[in-house]
Amino acid sequence: MSYASVVRRITGLLFAALLLLPLAASAEEEAENLPFSDLTMTEPDRHFSATEECVAPEDEMRRNHMNYILHQRDDTMYEGIRTPRYSLEECINCHAATDDQGEYLPVNAPNQFCSSCHTYASVSIDCFQCHATKPVRASRLNGASSGKAPYPANGPVAGSLRHETLPVLVSEGNAQ
Amino acid sequence: MNDTSNKPDSSRRDFLTKSGTVAGAAAIAPGVFLTTPAVAKPADEPITADKRWGILVDTNKCASNCDACVTACKEENGWGKSETHSNPEQQSQWIRKVEIRNKSTGFAATLPMMCQHCENPPCVDVCPTGASFKRKDGIVLVDKHICIGCRYCMMACPFKARSFIHEDLQDQLPWAPRGKGTVESCTLCVQRVDNDGTPACVEACSAENHNALIFGDLNDENSEISRELKKNDSIELRADLELNTGVRYRGI
Repeated sequence: MSYASVVRRITGLLFAALLLLPLAASAEEEAENLPFSDLTMTEPDRHFSATEECVAPEDEMRRNHMNYILHQRDDTMYEGIRTPRYSLEECINCHAATDDQGEYLPVNAPNQFCSSCHTYASVSIDCFQCHATKPVRASRLNGASSGKAPYPANGPVAGSLRHETLPVLVSEGNAQ
Repeated sequence: MNDTSNKPDSSRRDFLTKSGTVAGAAAIAPGVFLTTPAVAKPADEPITADKRWGILVDTNKCASNCDACVTACKEENGWGKSETHSNPEQQSQWIRKVEIRNKSTGFAATLPMMCQHCENPPCVDVCPTGASFKRKDGIVLVDKHICIGCRYCMMACPFKARSFIHEDLQDQLPWAPRGKGTVESCTLCVQRVDNDGTPACVEACSAENHNALIFGDLNDENSEISRELKKNDSIELRADLELNTGVRYRGI
């Protein structure tokens, strides 16, 4: 190996180290902050209940919300368990934001709750090809465009078998 | 004829019939039942096979110029409004009004036609992914998360009860998710039934004062539908297929 080539190699290594230096510094900086710390997200429209902001702590929800929803989805579809906790509908009821006129914005619209984070994390979700993106039950039941007031998420949409058939059963029983 | 190899296994059906008889024995006097009828299922408890939901359609009461059941189903489940790119043959039909006429006598009747919620559903038999399934309480549904849109179930269904969604949809309802590339059909308004409600079509028919539809638990001998079925004759469509449908008809 000639003297010239050794010099060239050392110069090259030094140059590469110089190039990598700023990258290493920025990596150290990022490690100090929490992941997603520069992400701005919409505030929820309301809390899950009087005592709980959300159904689980924020860091838990950020990491594992998809598992909660997936579990609840099968419980609902196959077992008929329709509890508001962990249901996708209830996520949307809280997290859909309203515009200046008080109309709901879809949670998957740009910069809205679901899309802002999933765009940031480069995660493509297909929930909303089928699922509703705005609270619907609230506006149907109360005729209200704002969902800030609490409403029964698991209540019947209309009518009830019990109320309609019990009088019939009683009257027919007396007639017999 | 001794060859019964093509007959479905009916042992499970016999078992259900017998357990229904035992449960029915709890009535001690007219109008007094040890078992409370139509007890609401707590929202956090799973459904059980104790119930089997069904509808009795009395075609004598079904008015030919009325489609309140269809309108109510559309309103409740959000179909039939935004499929503008599909032609009428492609558009969804969870429930439709059908007119039938006996050519020899001229007797005409009209009836609502939808998923019959079979005990032995052919759509479930043919589904290659397991997306088409029957709940424990007899309601036949499509798990759209695993439906690949092959439409075998549509071909297998003798009642033409299922539809395929051909285009992107907007503004679906939270309790009735539906989307392009999946098959759908009548869910017996499962979102209402789980909350102790009645299907929208039944409610609409009562609201019109026609009362042609009765919804209830076929396993409960004291339910309105069971007592009606016991009192007067009814048929299941395509009884030759031995599907044991949850939807029964009277007057045809």
